[in-house]
Amino acid sequence: MSCDFTPTALHGYLDGELDALRSAEFERHLEGCRDCAKALEVEESLRSLLQRSSLCESAPISLRKKIRADLDAATAAPPKQRIPAWRWVIVAASILIIGAISWYSWPRPAGRNPDAAQFTAAEMIDAHIRSLQPGHLTDVASADQHTVKPWFNGKLDFSPPVKDFSDDGFPLIGGRLDVLAGRNVAALVYMRRKHIINVFVLPTKDPDTPIHLPGLRQGYQWLHWRRQGMEYCAVSDVSVADLHELAQLIYQ
Amino acid sequence: MSGITHGSGSDVLDVHERARFEQLVLPHLDAAFNLARWLLRRREDSEDVAQEAMLRAYRFFRGFHGGDARAWLLQIVRNTCYTWLEKNRPVELMTEFDEELHPQPSVSPESLAIAGDNRERLGRALETLPPRFREVLVLRELEGCSYKEIAAITAIPIGTVMSALARARQRLQRALTQPQPPVEEAAREL
Repeated sequence: MSCDFTPTALHGYLDGELDALRSAEFERHLEGCRDCAKALEVEESLRSLLQRSSLCESAPISLRKKIRADLDAATAAPPKQRIPAWRWVIVAASILIIGAISWYSWPRPAGRNPDAAQFTAAEMIDAHIRSLQPGHLTDVASADQHTVKPWFNGKLDFSPPVKDFSDDGFPLIGGRLDVLAGRNVAALVYMRRKHIINVFVLPTKDPDTPIHLPGLRQGYQWLHWRRQGMEYCAVSDVSVADLHELAQLIYQ
Repeated sequence: MSGITHGSGSDVLDVHERARFEQLVLPHLDAAFNLARWLLRRREDSEDVAQEAMLRAYRFFRGFHGGDARAWLLQIVRNTCYTWLEKNRPVELMTEFDEELHPQPSVSPESLAIAGDNRERLGRALETLPPRFREVLVLRELEGCSYKEIAAITAIPIGTVMSALARARQRLQRALTQPQPPVEEAAREL
C-alpha cells in the first residue's frame, strides 16, 4: 500500500479504537487514499457479514443444568438453627415498622379517586433519573415563571403553579412534560447548587396533606404533599433539609 | 473432570458468595459457551469445557474483586480451552502465528458479501483459522469486546490486539474468497 499509514491503523479506525487525533488524521487520509478507502469498505463488509451471521451460539439448557448442579455441590449449605428466636421477633417488628412507614410515605395520589393517577415511587425516581440524561431535562428552559407557566397551556388539562425561587437559592431552570402511571404531568425543574430537583405536579381531588416524611430510594430523596387540588412530588439527590426548604416555599 | 483439584473445605463458597456469583458471572454463560464453541469447534467438547471453566471460576471467585466480570470469566474459559487443546488436540496449537500482513489481493466487498452470505460457509471459514486468530475475531465481532478487554482475556499486549485483528480479518477474507475445498468432506470431518 502506497500510503503513510500502517495497514493496521485501518483496523483501529474500523473498531473505533484510535484516539480522536489519529482518527481525524485517518479520516483526512481516507479522502485522498483510494487504496485505504477501498480496504475499509472490504473490512466493513466483512464485519457486517460476521455480525449478521448469527454465528453466536447460546449455552444449551443441558449445560445450564449441569452448572447449577456443580454450583450446588460446591456451595456450603446455609447454617441452620443459628438465629435465636428473639432475633426473629426483631425482624418481624422491623418489617411491621417499615411497612407502616412505607404505607404513610408512599405517594398515593388518590386512593379513593379512581380517576386519578396512581404512580409508584419507582416510577417517579425513574422519571427523575431519565430527566438527568443528556437533553431530557427541560422542554422549556427558562428561569422566568411567566414563560414556563404559559408553556404548559394546551399541553396539559390543568395549569400547574410555577414560581421561581432564585432569591431563596432555588432558581427555576425550566419545565417539561412527563408521564407518571400513564398520565401526563408537569415537571418543574429547580437547581440547588449543582443539584437538579424535579417537582412533579398533577391535579388531585383529595384534601390537602402536609409535606410527608421523606422517602429514599437508589440514593434519591423525595417529598410528597397535596395542596389546593394539586399533588406534588419533589425528587432530588440534595439533602432532605434542602428539599424540605423548597417544598415549604412551594407549599406557602 | 480433569484439571480441577477438589481441595479442602476452603474452596466451598457460602450462599452469599453463590448469590453474588449468580448475579455477576452467570449472566455471561452464553459468552463463555460461545468462546469455547469457537475455540474447540465441537459443541460437545465445548459444553464439557465450558462447564469445567464455570466451576473453576466459581472456585476462584473469592479472588475476583470487582471489575469486568465478563472479561474475568472469558479469561478463565480461554485458559481452560487451551489446556484442553494441549492435552487433547496439540496439533491444532502448532499452527504458526502468522508473520506478515500480506498485501491484500483485490477482494471486492461484493464478492465477499456473496462468499460469506451463508452461515455454514462463514462458520467453516472461521474454523479454518488458527485458534489465536479465531479468538480475537470471536471476541471482537461476536462478543463486541474492546481492545482492552481482548488484551485482558487473551493475555496479548494491548498494542498487539490491533495487528492480530488485522491479520485475522485478512485470513478470514482469504478463506472466504479462496476456492472452497470440497464442501461435503469438510462438513463430514466435523
